[in-house]
Amino acid sequence: MKDDVIISVKDLKTFFYTNNRCNKAVNGVSFDIKKGKTLCVVGESGCGKSVTASSIMQLLPKLSRIENGKITYHSNEGDIRIDQLKKNGAEMRAIRGSDISMIFQDPMTALNPVYSIGFQISENIQYHTRLKKSERKDQSIKLLKEMGIPLPEQRINEYPHQYSGGMRQRAMIAMAMACNPKVLIADEPTTALDVTIQAQIFELMDELKEKHDTAIMLITHDMGVVTELADDVVVMYMGNIVENGTVDDVLRKPSHPYTKALLESIPVLGRGKNQVIEPIKGSTPDPYNRPKGCQFAPRCPYADSSCLVMPDESSINNTHSVRCWHPMEAV
Amino acid sequence: MSESIETILTLKDMETHFPIKKGVFKRTTGYVKAVDGVSLEVYRGETLALVGESGCGKTTLGKSILQLVKPTSGKIIYNDKTTERDLCRLSQKEMMEVNQKLQIVFQDPQSSLNPAFTIFGSLQDSLKAHGIKSKSERRKIIGDLLEAVNMRREQMDLYPHEFSGGQRQRIGIARALSIEPDLIVCDEAVSALDVSIQAQVLKLLKDIKEERNLTYIFITHDLSVVEYISDRVAVMYLGKIVELAEVEDLYASTMHPYTKALLSAIPVADLDRRKKRILLEGDVPSPVNPPSGCPFHPRCSQCQDICKTVVPELKRFETNGNEHYSACHFAEEQLSQ
Repeated sequence: MKDDVIISVKDLKTFFYTNNRCNKAVNGVSFDIKKGKTLCVVGESGCGKSVTASSIMQLLPKLSRIENGKITYHSNEGDIRIDQLKKNGAEMRAIRGSDISMIFQDPMTALNPVYSIGFQISENIQYHTRLKKSERKDQSIKLLKEMGIPLPEQRINEYPHQYSGGMRQRAMIAMAMACNPKVLIADEPTTALDVTIQAQIFELMDELKEKHDTAIMLITHDMGVVTELADDVVVMYMGNIVENGTVDDVLRKPSHPYTKALLESIPVLGRGKNQVIEPIKGSTPDPYNRPKGCQFAPRCPYADSSCLVMPDESSINNTHSVRCWHPMEAV
Repeated sequence: MSESIETILTLKDMETHFPIKKGVFKRTTGYVKAVDGVSLEVYRGETLALVGESGCGKTTLGKSILQLVKPTSGKIIYNDKTTERDLCRLSQKEMMEVNQKLQIVFQDPQSSLNPAFTIFGSLQDSLKAHGIKSKSERRKIIGDLLEAVNMRREQMDLYPHEFSGGQRQRIGIARALSIEPDLIVCDEAVSALDVSIQAQVLKLLKDIKEERNLTYIFITHDLSVVEYISDRVAVMYLGKIVELAEVEDLYASTMHPYTKALLSAIPVADLDRRKKRILLEGDVPSPVNPPSGCPFHPRCSQCQDICKTVVPELKRFETNGNEHYSACHFAEEQLSQ
């Protein structure tokens, strides 16, 4: 295995079972998260991006399970197969929150309203380290200060409702960063925030990445965010990765019709009023009633009879691969 | 925009304040100044975008125009080609008449459609209220409307849960269109939709506008969408308009530091234009006690002494021969930077 990979996911399948029906939310996904790099996972709602993240954290809900595949965490002490660990076993608990941590979309529901912010941050430190109470408090203050929260000595005793939206998300990041994780998984961390606050949070995440060499897996649906932050991009559609590559590969030479259509369907700032946006026809299929073969075929302008079979992943160059029968030539 | 500019809506010093009540006797202890002195003209046939961060009062302004929230003071003059009427001073009956011409599309299509009614059931109410008595006629009108928003006639007998988010939003648009309005307020109409669906709805809104000669007030926080759909943009901050200009002028020659920061904060999906962000410090202040002077001064990088004490007025400038309003003491200096 290459040295710079910290988490590798191979052929991951996570299915949900409800009412005797099976939703193949994640259906054979493979990618690598590299040390000190940002991997962006983009896709529309329901494409399985959050489920992939929860699978890595072993935070899946009860009705779902990992059917197949390998999630390997390349730690300093050798490889750990996360998918084989018990969900709530000691090993998984030791990893979760210290080596791999996660930021959620809505900080208000992710923070506990009846405990102070300081308590919630030091709880994580208490669990994973042997620091004394006073040291934990100092550490928490230091973390909040690093996140740019004014007057951390006072703020530490306040409760989530006394924080504004942006500050809550900073507190969440402080919690996630408390034990200097190797990997930070951010599930739409700024979707609920205003753009000016979003810019602050992104600046912060960039800084953390540089300072602590943390690998970041950022889940988003905003192509603008991808452009600004990503080193590598994974585009997901209906439980599959349709395109995978570096930012330059994917955004400059989109090879999958879905990626291309997605890029053409968003208004881009600075292109003026007369820019042409081309909506993708139709809507995402019902996950319980999926099309045969390539999932995008019913909406794809290039689809033909070969698309009734699921295409394999084919590589375009070392870093860029696509799952399509008709990968488009570089535009 | 058309050659002869006709005003459809004029707002004069409009204020909408919400009282804060405290204690056993529900004494009023203060006011949330959601909209705090907005003067604005909306021209017939244009799309005016209202942008700003959450809590800046853009939704309240939209609702106040339709009298869904009663404004505290000020005038809203609606010109329906023949007469000019102040919406704040109309009786309920008169308002009902005007309401035919002013409609709204809400943000969340899930919660704005009644789950217990079919689409026909939901949409026929406004037709009934405005005097279309026969059911077959109503069915015909609603069928036409659904076709106008790229849906099928037969779908009017389905329930809201049978539709996807994009379809529901199109039903919302169809409902707003049902009684042939002049002006539609789109309150974050595309914000809750997925990107691929968002494009469909945006395009639909643009097409319908041209077909039916509508005027939109488009409320959103997404400046990329604004650039695509609108003619003029009003940027709001803490209940006040800080900048108002033609869309091209706003982007090319920004005259307010807040607009500048807002524009630079947007992630742009274009690799060749990865740029430096202007970071604003802190959060939007509370509208309960806004800062003295210019409401933006605590976060402004160019704050001077005058900004802390004197409230800047919305002054008129000209950019490329178009009106350009900015509420900054140093508006002209912004251009040179």
